[in-house]
Amino acid sequence: MDLPTKKYPVTRADLVRYAGASGDFNPIHWNDRFATKVGLPGVIAHGMLTMALVGRAVTDWAGAPDAVVDFSVRFSRPVPVPDDESGTEVEVSAQVKGTTDEGHTVLAITAVCGGEKVLSQAKATVRTSRLGK
Amino acid sequence: MPLDPSYVGRSYPPTKPYLVGREKIREFANAIGATDAAYHDPEAARALGYTDVIAPPTFPTVVSFASNNAVVDDPDLAIDYSRVVHGDQRFSYTRPIVAGDELVGRQTIAEIISRGGHDFITTRTDITDAGGAPVATSWSKLVIRGEG
Repeated sequence: MDLPTKKYPVTRADLVRYAGASGDFNPIHWNDRFATKVGLPGVIAHGMLTMALVGRAVTDWAGAPDAVVDFSVRFSRPVPVPDDESGTEVEVSAQVKGTTDEGHTVLAITAVCGGEKVLSQAKATVRTSRLGK
Repeated sequence: MPLDPSYVGRSYPPTKPYLVGREKIREFANAIGATDAAYHDPEAARALGYTDVIAPPTFPTVVSFASNNAVVDDPDLAIDYSRVVHGDQRFSYTRPIVAGDELVGRQTIAEIISRGGHDFITTRTDITDAGGAPVATSWSKLVIRGEG
């Protein structure tokens, strides 16, 4: 079963806000000069911000903010965030993959930015509520 | 030189207790655009059976990120942080983090692999509450890019 795709805009302002909230002040997330010096195309989003957006999708799909039992991702590609008003967009989709012995639902998740997959092996296990009904 | 795999199993002293504030959870939820009432409104969280607002799923990073410094700064490992990128992240939850929790992180090196000139180190953070009861576990795989 495919779950409805969700789209999340990400701007430079979001990166600044996330840096403050999470405590991750690595300059690759706010300083183009530094980011290009270490070989990146420019400022990139925190991997953990991308994971947090996926977490929003997962709790929305599950229908409960406390439904997540296990949640894992591999950061396969950076999410560059241009210095303009619109920034970029992360698109999150998922398929229901099955049920665990405990009766939890396993989701296989895809996150795409600019036509490229930015996560691989992304997976969440949630307490079944509205899913699959 | 590849990272010495004999460091697997090394553990670090527990972090100082982190007191989870209601406003910190709201700030984190706002930063990721999460509008669920249970992250913002104590009454909504109480209706779900919690004593105060609960945190979004990736909030444990606020604790594990800080306790990861013990590994990254370990002089024996001599990790060059400018070469580190976050490879994988996993959380397993016993329960959501709730405002008012006093959380302690205990860091262990779970895995070290060297491949293609790069080192991969996985750290495990066991997050417990003030009474020592498990809350969540975080695994972070850090990629230390080779100099080639």
